[in-house]
Amino acid sequence: MIEIRNVSKWYADFQVLKSCSLSVARGEVVVVCGPSGSGKSTLIKCVNGLEPFDEGEIAVDGLKVADKAGLRILRTRIGMVFQSFELYPHLSALDNICLAPMVVLKRKRVEAAQRARTLLARVGLADHESKFPLQLSGGQQQRVAIARALAMDPVVMLFDEPTSALDPEMIKEVLDVMSDLARDGMTMIVVTHEMGFARRVANRIIFMDAGEIVETAPPKTFFTAPESERARAFLSKILEH
Amino acid sequence: MGALDYSVVLRNLPFLWTGLQLSLFLAALAILGGILLGSIMSMLRMSPIRPVAWLALAYVNFFRSVPLILVIFWIYFLVPLLLGRATGPFLSAWIAFTLFETAYYCEIIRAGVQSIPKGQINAGIATGMTRLQAMRHIVMPQAFRNMMPILLTQSIILFQDTSLVYVVTLRDFMTSVSTVANQELRLVELYLFAALVYFAICFTSSRFINRLDGGFRR
Repeated sequence: MIEIRNVSKWYADFQVLKSCSLSVARGEVVVVCGPSGSGKSTLIKCVNGLEPFDEGEIAVDGLKVADKAGLRILRTRIGMVFQSFELYPHLSALDNICLAPMVVLKRKRVEAAQRARTLLARVGLADHESKFPLQLSGGQQQRVAIARALAMDPVVMLFDEPTSALDPEMIKEVLDVMSDLARDGMTMIVVTHEMGFARRVANRIIFMDAGEIVETAPPKTFFTAPESERARAFLSKILEH
Repeated sequence: MGALDYSVVLRNLPFLWTGLQLSLFLAALAILGGILLGSIMSMLRMSPIRPVAWLALAYVNFFRSVPLILVIFWIYFLVPLLLGRATGPFLSAWIAFTLFETAYYCEIIRAGVQSIPKGQINAGIATGMTRLQAMRHIVMPQAFRNMMPILLTQSIILFQDTSLVYVVTLRDFMTSVSTVANQELRLVELYLFAALVYFAICFTSSRFINRLDGGFRR
C-alpha cells in the first residue's frame, strides 16, 4: 500500500533522512518511534508530499508521490492528523469536516453534512457538531480532526504525534478512536511516543534515529529484545520514567 | 468674538451636504479600490518569485514615502498627459487615493495573512486542496477577521484625508465649509460645525471597530 524506497532529504548541508526504506501492507498499522529530531515526522510528511525529498521514491496505492497534479489526487486518498490539530477556527466542527469534501470532491452540502454527522458519531462527538474548535477540549478537537481526515474516504491515514499536544487525561479518548480505526482495517502510519498504544495496536514498530531507520520489528520483539544498542538506549529512557 | 449665530449652518446645510456627499463617496470608492488592489498587491508582495515580490515592495515603499497631496497633484496633471484627454478632478482624485491607499492596505493584508499559522494552509493542502483553494477557504476568512479593526482604522484616516482634494478644485466637505465661512464671515461657527461632523463620523466608526475587535480570537 505504501512503498518508501531509499528516501533521502537534506536541509542545506544537514541530512535529515538517510536512505529510508519502508513498505506498509494494506491494513497494516506501523508505529514510528525515536528520539526527537530523528526525522520521523519529516518521513511521514514525505508520504503525502507536504515535505519534498531529494532522493528516492514513494508510492501510495500504486501512485507515485512526484508530479504536482498527481500529488493532489493522491492527497485526497491520504488522511493526515497533525500534532496541533489544525482545525479551522472560523468553522464549526461540522463545517470543518465538510470543507474538503465540498471544495475538493465537489460534494453537495447536504451530502457532505450527512457523512460528517456519521463520522462525528463514530468519534463520539455526535452532539458537538455546531461547536467551534475553541469551545472543544484538546481531545475533542483531535477527534474532530480525525473525522475531518476520514471524510475524504482515505485509503491510508498518517498520524503525526497526535497526542503530544494533549493533556494526559485526554490521550486515551484519541487513542481509542485510533485503535477502532485500526481494528476496522485502516492502513496507518503513526508517529507517537505512546508505547502502550504501540504494544497493543501496532503490527510493526519502526525505530528511527538521526535520520535512519535503525530497526524494524514486531512490538513483542522490539520491547523485549531490541537488536540495536540505540533502540535499547531509547527504550530505557522512555520506559523508566 | 461677538455672539455666535448658528443659523448660518442651517441656512447653508444643503450646500454643505453636497460637499459631505462628495467626501463620503470618494472615500467609499477609494476604500473599495484600495482594498481590492491592496489584496492583489499583497499576493505579489508574498510571491515566491523574487523580482515580483521586489517590485511590489518597491511600490509600497514608494507610495509610503511621498506625501498624499503630491500624489493627488501628480495624477491630476499626469493622467491627462498619459491618456491624451482630460479626466476631470474627481476621477483623478479617485485614482490618486486608490494608488496611495493600495500601499497601506497591501501591508495590512500581508500582515493579516502572515498572522495565520502555516499549519492551517498545510491542513488544507493535505486534503487535496490547491494552494489557492486553501487560501480562499481557510486563510483569507481568518485573516480578514483578524485585520478588520486595522482595515477600518485605515479607512477612517482615508476619509479624513479626502479633505486634501481642494488642491484639484474639488468641493469636498471641508472646502464647502471654508467657502461658507468666508462668504458669511462666520468662521468660528462653521469650523466648529466641521469638527463636530468629522468627530461624529469617525467616532461612531471607531466605536463600531471596538465592537468588532475581540469578537474573534483564535
